[in-house]
Amino acid sequence: MRLYEQPAHVLHDMLVNKEITSVELTKDVLARIDEVEGDVKAYLTITRDEALKQAAAVDEKIGRGESISFLEGIPGAIKDNICTKGVKTTCASKILEHFVPPYDATVTEKIQAEHPVILGKTNMDEFAMGGSTENSAYHPTCNPWNTQCVPGGSSGGSAAAVAAGTAIWALGSDTGGSIRQPASFCGVVGMKPTYGRVSRYGLVAYASSLDQIGPIARDVTDCAHLLNIIAGHDEHDSTSSAVAVPDFTKSLVADVKGLKVGIPKEFFVKGMDADVEKTVRAAVKQLEALGAEIVDISLPHTEYAISSYYLIAPAEAATNLERYDGVSYGERVDGSGIVEMMTNTRSAKFGEEVKRRIMIGNYALSAGYYDAYYLKALKVRRLVKEDYDKAFEKVDVIVAPTAPTPAFKIGEMISDPLKMYLQDVCTVPLNLAGLPGISVPCGYSSSHMPIGLQIIGKALDEATVLRAAYTYEQSQTFSKEMPELGGKKA
Amino acid sequence: MKVTEKDMENVAVLSRLSIPEGEKGKYTQQLNEFLDYVDNLSGVPTENIQPMAHVLPIKNVFREDVVKPSLDRELALSNAPLKEDGYFKVPKIIED
Repeated sequence: MRLYEQPAHVLHDMLVNKEITSVELTKDVLARIDEVEGDVKAYLTITRDEALKQAAAVDEKIGRGESISFLEGIPGAIKDNICTKGVKTTCASKILEHFVPPYDATVTEKIQAEHPVILGKTNMDEFAMGGSTENSAYHPTCNPWNTQCVPGGSSGGSAAAVAAGTAIWALGSDTGGSIRQPASFCGVVGMKPTYGRVSRYGLVAYASSLDQIGPIARDVTDCAHLLNIIAGHDEHDSTSSAVAVPDFTKSLVADVKGLKVGIPKEFFVKGMDADVEKTVRAAVKQLEALGAEIVDISLPHTEYAISSYYLIAPAEAATNLERYDGVSYGERVDGSGIVEMMTNTRSAKFGEEVKRRIMIGNYALSAGYYDAYYLKALKVRRLVKEDYDKAFEKVDVIVAPTAPTPAFKIGEMISDPLKMYLQDVCTVPLNLAGLPGISVPCGYSSSHMPIGLQIIGKALDEATVLRAAYTYEQSQTFSKEMPELGGKKA
Repeated sequence: MKVTEKDMENVAVLSRLSIPEGEKGKYTQQLNEFLDYVDNLSGVPTENIQPMAHVLPIKNVFREDVVKPSLDRELALSNAPLKEDGYFKVPKIIED
């Protein structure tokens, strides 16, 4: 067995016990990158030399007999919309092709304080707009389980890297499902924390009231450790929660006896893939067998969540992306006056989906349409949230599919934006309501593509979500399985 | 058709984007399809519902007005497409 196959918590113990060095581990993961990155293309930037330097420093520290933190010396990757001081951060957009942030995002700072090995920056849909990573301005990423398929998105690079063994852990961001859906497609664990749980300072904004950074990991244990590191209030993000952060590793207890698990009928929608429905229903049975109490619930406004989301998110994006004007950073395409310069810059450097969403947003916000579209969407957003408030009076967590289908083929949906938007049907309600959710592998489709189980919790109750996810994970082996790649079983 | 090509051009101007002549039809059609799609919201009764711009029960977040270190000027300018004498440089804004 190679080192890259292990989760971080196993590697951490091996480092502590001096069974391996961080340099050995890092070289093994870099060798894995050499073997399969050409097929997967999860990365936009690989910081090989810096990674080896970081690893050597950790080994020296261990050699001096000093204790190390959980993530210390363990190689991971960061989505390319999270600012990394001195390392290019492109958002997979041509408009930020040469952008080198002069500061670290708060999560980058918190992660760096643990002295991990940073392998590089991962691919994504441009500005996190998409569900397949095909909207990257540089190249699509391929699903390690079948390189003809998409890895999901927008954090497709992060999920694919963790699945392929080209990163042990990764950070992603989730505006409408962008951590959970790729985690589902790639057979890894991905968590969107409660809105406000993790600082967004230094996360390139897409839709500020919906964006949240979270971990992508091999298993629930690693996910809990990563959340411990990145969670907490930050004076640089006034929407970050001041509520105390519990130790999430205390949730790593295999026990759901008496836990009330809600099953929302609206999530098992017509048009849902039969394999997904069968697999998720089997996982619900499994939770019941483990002692959970299954409760049928209704979230009646679920069918309106997609429409609400696809008005709110582009409206916020239209505003947020005004900053790409060719003045203070990013690319510039010259023009005769300032307006022409801005128009030339944005027209040449934004991709098609980004332009589409900016224009949808500006349309929904413009005089005469504001009430009918944007304001209406905000009212429906409240109704979506109230559905969850009511449901959580009766249940502790809600369980549903993460995505309505397994990973689809590259190119299959790219020409049909509306069909692509439907991919988010199971994930966007949580962003609208600000709730935490995790995707845990729960089986495979008939063509052996991974399927994820989504566990949704009350606001700021990631602890219960993690406990349910951990209990389920311990009862099967899906999180331990890795894809065959390059004809070689991992 | 709710949105015409002329409307689409106006939205593009508001967005500081120019749509190539050959693609105006496509963007217009896609915006119309999108608006048809989200039209299901119009059937949701929302008479007494307050709009919810974000989920947090916070309004203004204040802090003491004290000077703290901020980004060094050179660093702040380090990604500028064009700069001069410590300033961002842009094409002429006010016409003669």
